Amino acid sequence: MPGPAVPLELERSIARVAVVGETAPETEARRLAEDARDRVRFEEEALELADQVYRVARRLVSSREEAEDLMQETYARAFRSWKSFQPGTNLRAWLLRILTNLNIDRGRRVQRAPDMQPLEEGDYFLYNKLEESTQAPNPDEERVIERLSQDDAVTALSAVPHDFRDVIVLVDLGDFSYNDAAQILDIPVGTVMSRLHRGRRILKRELAERAVSDGGASE
Amino acid sequence: MSGFAVDPCDKCEEVLQPFLDRELNEEERALAEEHLSLCDYCRKRYRFEEELRRFVRQAATEEMPPELKSKLAELRTPLL
Repeated sequence: MPGPAVPLELERSIARVAVVGETAPETEARRLAEDARDRVRFEEEALELADQVYRVARRLVSSREEAEDLMQETYARAFRSWKSFQPGTNLRAWLLRILTNLNIDRGRRVQRAPDMQPLEEGDYFLYNKLEESTQAPNPDEERVIERLSQDDAVTALSAVPHDFRDVIVLVDLGDFSYNDAAQILDIPVGTVMSRLHRGRRILKRELAERAVSDGGASE
Repeated sequence: MSGFAVDPCDKCEEVLQPFLDRELNEEERALAEEHLSLCDYCRKRYRFEEELRRFVRQAATEEMPPELKSKLAELRTPLL
């Protein structure tokens, strides 16, 4: 990827380092200059990912204000501990790992074993419910999905218990692999898969309740 | 049809998520595809699931407020 646009600020920094270098060993001056360059590059790359990180963060918490606070805390911490990021690994996942840990540290979430009792509803449940409420016989799936509103989708997602919602948000909204989601949430990959499977079914149940109770978005 | 020992539509419902996530092995996938090629009932529900994922993703996407990006940029470490 192209280097970040930092010339003036960085040049000034290196110039200052060069002054230091007149009295300190030359290698130390070079090290400081390289550090400054690497840090600036890291910060630029992290900022470029902020939009994507925010989209995930916004659905991990319940309000925009919380998401904004969490983003600022995350970036403050990331900028402080930039040296612990391993170049070549997934920076977006690294930032979300920090964000998830901060979210837990702030006591917004209580870690507990999620309810894994069998669900009555299968994966066809939502379609069947929506189809029942559609007037046309044997409707196309496009007609069926029109029974849902975007507001209902957001509300339904927020009604999914957080252990399941986190995985849906990371995998389905954030496009993270199961492995990345497992590392971000510090849970085994198998747990990511089982929570995702169950979480999507809970989401469909929540969507069905809303769509049926409000008569569908198209009416 | 051969393959599924239980009701084929029930089995097809069971593997909907791993099918769309491309988590099925070759044999399981071939069985599901064979059933889907014959069954309009399941095919509609699979297509709906794909649409639903897109729909939820689009509905849940909220863009970052521009002023937040400025605040984040201000958190950068000052140079020497």
